[in-house]
Amino acid sequence: MTTCDLKYDVIVVGAGHAGCEAALAAARMGCRTMLLTINLDAIALMSCNPSIGGLAKGHLVKEIDALGGEMAKNIDATGIQFRILNTKKGPAVRASRAQADKQLYRLRMKRVLEQQTNLDLKQGEVISLCLDGGEVHGVKLRSGISYLSKTVVVTTGTFMRGLIHIGLNNYPGGRAGDQPSIGLSDQLREFGFHVGRLKTGTPARLDARSIDFSKLESQHGDSPPRPFSFSTERISMPQLPCHIAYTNQRSHDIIRSGLDRSPLYSGIIEGIGPRYCPSIEDKVVRFPDKDRHQTFIEPEGLDTIEVYPSGMSTSLPVDVQIAFYRSIVGLECVEIMRPAYAIEYDYVDPIQLHSSLETKMLQNLYHAGQINGTSGYEEAAGQGLIAGINAALRVKGREPLVLTRSQAYIGVMIDDLVTLGTKEPYRMFTSRAEYRLLLREDNADLRLRDIGHQLGLVSEQEYLAFVDKRDSIGAEMERISTTRLHQSEKVVEILTRLGLQDIQNGTTLEQLLKRPEVSYDELAELDLVSRETSAIIREQIEIQTKYKGYIDRQMEQVEQAKKLEASRIPDEFDYSTVKSMTTEVREKLSKNRPDTLGQASRIPGVTPAAISILSIALKSSSRKSS
Amino acid sequence: MYIRDTIAAVSTPPGNGGIGIIRVSGDQAAVVGSIVFTPVSDGGLVSHRFSFGTIRDAANGVKVDEAMAVLMCSPRSYTREDVLELHCHGGWLVVERVLALVLACGVRLAEPGEFTRRAFLNGRIDLIQAEAVMDIIASKSDAALQLALRQGEGALSGRIDEVRGHLLQALALVEAYIDFPDDDLGHTDVAAITTSVESAQAILSDLLATFEEGRIIRDGISVLIVGKPNAGKSSLLNRLLNENRAIVTPIPGTTRDIIEETIIFEGLSIRFLDSAGIRHTKDLVELEGINRTLEKVPLADLVLAVFDGSRRFCQEDQMLLDALAGRKVLAVINKSDLPQVLSFPDGCQFLDTVRIAALSGDGVDLLKRAVCRQFHQSGAIDSREYVSLSRARHRDALVSAVDCLRQFSFGLQERNLELLAIDLRDALGAVGAVTGQSVTDEVLDLIFSSFCIGK
Repeated sequence: MTTCDLKYDVIVVGAGHAGCEAALAAARMGCRTMLLTINLDAIALMSCNPSIGGLAKGHLVKEIDALGGEMAKNIDATGIQFRILNTKKGPAVRASRAQADKQLYRLRMKRVLEQQTNLDLKQGEVISLCLDGGEVHGVKLRSGISYLSKTVVVTTGTFMRGLIHIGLNNYPGGRAGDQPSIGLSDQLREFGFHVGRLKTGTPARLDARSIDFSKLESQHGDSPPRPFSFSTERISMPQLPCHIAYTNQRSHDIIRSGLDRSPLYSGIIEGIGPRYCPSIEDKVVRFPDKDRHQTFIEPEGLDTIEVYPSGMSTSLPVDVQIAFYRSIVGLECVEIMRPAYAIEYDYVDPIQLHSSLETKMLQNLYHAGQINGTSGYEEAAGQGLIAGINAALRVKGREPLVLTRSQAYIGVMIDDLVTLGTKEPYRMFTSRAEYRLLLREDNADLRLRDIGHQLGLVSEQEYLAFVDKRDSIGAEMERISTTRLHQSEKVVEILTRLGLQDIQNGTTLEQLLKRPEVSYDELAELDLVSRETSAIIREQIEIQTKYKGYIDRQMEQVEQAKKLEASRIPDEFDYSTVKSMTTEVREKLSKNRPDTLGQASRIPGVTPAAISILSIALKSSSRKSS
Repeated sequence: MYIRDTIAAVSTPPGNGGIGIIRVSGDQAAVVGSIVFTPVSDGGLVSHRFSFGTIRDAANGVKVDEAMAVLMCSPRSYTREDVLELHCHGGWLVVERVLALVLACGVRLAEPGEFTRRAFLNGRIDLIQAEAVMDIIASKSDAALQLALRQGEGALSGRIDEVRGHLLQALALVEAYIDFPDDDLGHTDVAAITTSVESAQAILSDLLATFEEGRIIRDGISVLIVGKPNAGKSSLLNRLLNENRAIVTPIPGTTRDIIEETIIFEGLSIRFLDSAGIRHTKDLVELEGINRTLEKVPLADLVLAVFDGSRRFCQEDQMLLDALAGRKVLAVINKSDLPQVLSFPDGCQFLDTVRIAALSGDGVDLLKRAVCRQFHQSGAIDSREYVSLSRARHRDALVSAVDCLRQFSFGLQERNLELLAIDLRDALGAVGAVTGQSVTDEVLDLIFSSFCIGK
C-alpha cells in the first residue's frame, strides 16, 4: 500500500460530463485538483445521444456557461447542427439544441483539461474512500496507491456495479466497452448510505452506408446557427442534417414477438428506468394504439458513418433488434455497428445530500451526476460544476454556493433532488420550474454572470463584455420608458398601418411596445435611435417589456417565499423536541433533514401549520442557545 | 408564512355574541381602515383612539353596520405592526360580511395563530407564551384535519378534486407541448384544453354559489338526534325549538327526512338535526331516511341518542349503539313520566345521561345545559373558529382560482402557452391551498401516461 505524498485540495472521481466541470471549476478557483478516470480515452464521452441541449437542458447549459463552466464552449466548438426549439412559443420556453461530433467533443474537452493549470489527469479505478472519523480525506485505487485530499467529488455515472443487458445475456460493464467500478458503492452502503438501482438504455449505432436517406425526411439546423456560450462569437463547424424515420405496425409486431426474451419484461432488470425516455418495447407495450413511433437519425460526427437512431433504445436480443430496425422504411438493409443495450447501475439517493451537494453523512464528500439519480449530460454537468465549486469553497473555508429555485434551473434541480430524492432517473423539464418566466435561456447571464465572476470562473474580458451588455439594456429600458411619441405625419402613417390609430400623442415607447402588435422593429421605424441597438439587446428589451406583468407577478411570489428560503435549519436540530407537530411530520423531517424552511415546506405531507410551528421552534432554539 | 403582508381575521368566538371584532395587522391596516370605515366625526382614524362610524361596502356605498374602529400604530400594538380593529354590533352574518369587505381590500386571511406568531416574532411576547401558541396552532391544525376528513365525506372535497382533475388535464396538455416539441405529439389540442378548463369553471361557480347562500349563520354546532322509531326524537326537537317543526305522529317512521333547526342558547348557535328512526325496514322511502341518518352521524359534533325509558333495551337500540360506536354520544332517556324499565347493557359509553319527558318539557333545559357543557368543557368552541375561518379560506381560494381561469380564457387566443400555463398553475395553486397538494409530479405523471414521450 503506497500513499502519494502530495495532498490535493480536490479529487474528482470520474471524468464524464459532471467530473470535467467539477475538476475545471476547482482548478480554476485555484485548488490543487486531480481528475481520476477509468479510461483516459473516454473523457466527456457521449455514451448515449450525440447531442447537447433541448428543452430545459439548453437552459442548464446556458447557466453553466454564465457561471463559467465549459460545456457550452465545448459544444460550440464541436457542434454540427444547431437549432432553437419552440421558436413559435414564448421566450421562456425557447431552448437551444445541438448535435455534436462525438469524438471531437471528447477530444476538445480532454485538451481543455490538459491545458488547465492546477489540474492533474490520471487513469485509475477508485475502489474506496479514505476516511478519518466522519470526514473523507482521499481515495484508494485498485492499483494499490492512495491519494490524499481535503475533499472528494464522486461522479461515477453508470459505472458503479454497472450491469449491461442485451436480451437475456448480461455482463458487468460501466458502458459498452468499459469495465465497471466495483467496491465503491459497497463501501458507501457500509457507511449507511441508501444505495438504489436504476436502469437506462441506449439504441444501436447504425451504419449510415446501409440507410436509404432518400426515403427519409431531412431536418436541417438553423442558419446561421446560434451558439450556446455567451462568449462564442459564431459557429464555424460544418453543419449536417438529421433525418426523420418512423416505425410501423410490422416493427411493433416484431418487438412484441421478442418480449419473451426482453430482460425488462422477464423481470431480470430490477432497476427503475426513466419514463420520459422509454425503450421502444416499452413504448409499444404502453401505447398499443399508436401506429408509429418517430426517430431522428442523428449523425455521430463529421468523419464517421455511425449514426444514432434517437428514441429507439432497447434491451431486446440482437436478432430482434436487427429485424425491427430493418422494418423501418429507409432502413430495410441497415447494418448494426454496435448493438443497443440497457444498463443497470447503483445510485445514492440524493436526499442524503445538502444543497451544496456535500453528503450529510460524510464531510468533504460531494456527489454529482448520475450517482444522484439524474440522467442527461446537462444535468450532470450542472451538478458537477456546483460540486466542484463547493469543494473548492470548502477548501478555502468559505460558505457554499447554493442557487435558489428562482435563480436557476440548476437550483431547481438540486433542490428537487436533495429535498425529495428520486426513485427514477431525474431529468430536467421546464415544468419543474415554478418561476419559468424568470429562468430563460436569454437571461442566464443576467442571472448568473456576477456569481461566476465573483468565484473567479469568468474571465475579466468575458465579464466586461457582460457588464457592457447589461448597461446597454438598462440604458435602453430607461430610454424607452421616458421617450414619448410625437405624432408627426410619418408616425401617424406608421401607426395607421399597424392599426394603432388609438395611440395617443405622448405615449411612451414602452407603453407602445407592450402592445402585442408592436415589435422592436416597428419601434425602430418610429424612432431613429433604436436602430443602432444590437439584436441581443433588442430581444431583451422586447421580452422585459412585453412580459413585464407576468414577470412582476413571479417576482412577487419569489419575494414572498424568500423568508422561508432564507431560514436555515441547523444540521443538529432535534425535531423530537417540537412536540406540537404530528409524529408523521416529525418523522418526515428527521429523515429528510432539510437545510431550510423553504425546503421543509416542499416535502410532501409537511403542512403550512407544521412550518409555522417549526419556524417558531427554530426561533426559540436559537434564542435559547444565544 | 408571508411575514410581511397584511392579514385579517375575526378574533371573537363564533356565535351571536354582543360584538364581533375583526382584526387587521400589517402595513396596509390603516389603508383598510380608510376604505371600509367612515367615521362620524371629521378626520381619519387617530392611533389608539376609538372612533364611531359606519362600515360601508366600498363597491356600492351600502351601509353594512355601525361600528367602533381603533387603529393602533406600530409598535404599540399586539403584533407590533399596525393593527386595525373593527368592533361590529351585528350578528355572525354581519361579522362575516365585514371580514369579506376587509379581504376585498387585498389583505390575506390570517393563518391559525398567526397574530400571536407575529407578536412573538416581533418580540412582543416571550417564549413561554409563544410555546403556548404552538400548542394552539397544533390543536387547530388537528381540528383542520378533522375538518378535512369530514369534508372528505361530504361533497366539497370531491368536487374540488374534480376541479383539480380538469385543471391538471389542461395543464398536462399545455406542458407536453412546451417540453416536448420534437416528440410527434401533433398540433396543440386547444379544444381539449378549453373543454377541461370550462368544466373546471362550471364546478367552481357551482361551489361559489353555495357559499353565497350565507350558510355560515346556520353553521353553529351540529347536534344529531337519533333513536329508534317513536322514542320521541321529534317531540324532543319540538320542545327544544318551542314549535311544531317536525311532523309528530304516533306512527313509527313518520320523520323520513333530515330536519335542521338552530337555536341560540348561552351564546352558542346549536344546530339540531332530527333524523329518521333507525330500525330494520323494507320501506324504501324510510330506508333512504335511515341511510341519510347514518351518513350524518360522522358529521355531527355531538349525537343525542334518544331512548324510551318506558321500554326495555331492545335490538333496535343495540343497532343504534353499534352505529354510534366511537362517537361523542349523550344519552337522552325520554318518557321519564312513565314507569322506567330501561337498563343499558354493560360497556355503554356516554358522555352524560339526561332524563327528560319531551311531551311535558321536564328536563329539557337540563339537557340544553348538558349539551352546552360538552362544548365549553372540551374547548371545541375555540376550534369552531377555525372551521368558519377555513370556510372563508376556501371561498378565498376558489375566488382566486376563478380569477386565474378568467385570465386564462381571456388570453387563450393571443397568449403563448407558457403564459397560459402560469394562469393554470396559479389556479391549481389556489385550489391546492384547500387540499394542500403539489402540482409538478402529478402533471408529469399525466404527461407520461397520456403521451408517448422519449428519444
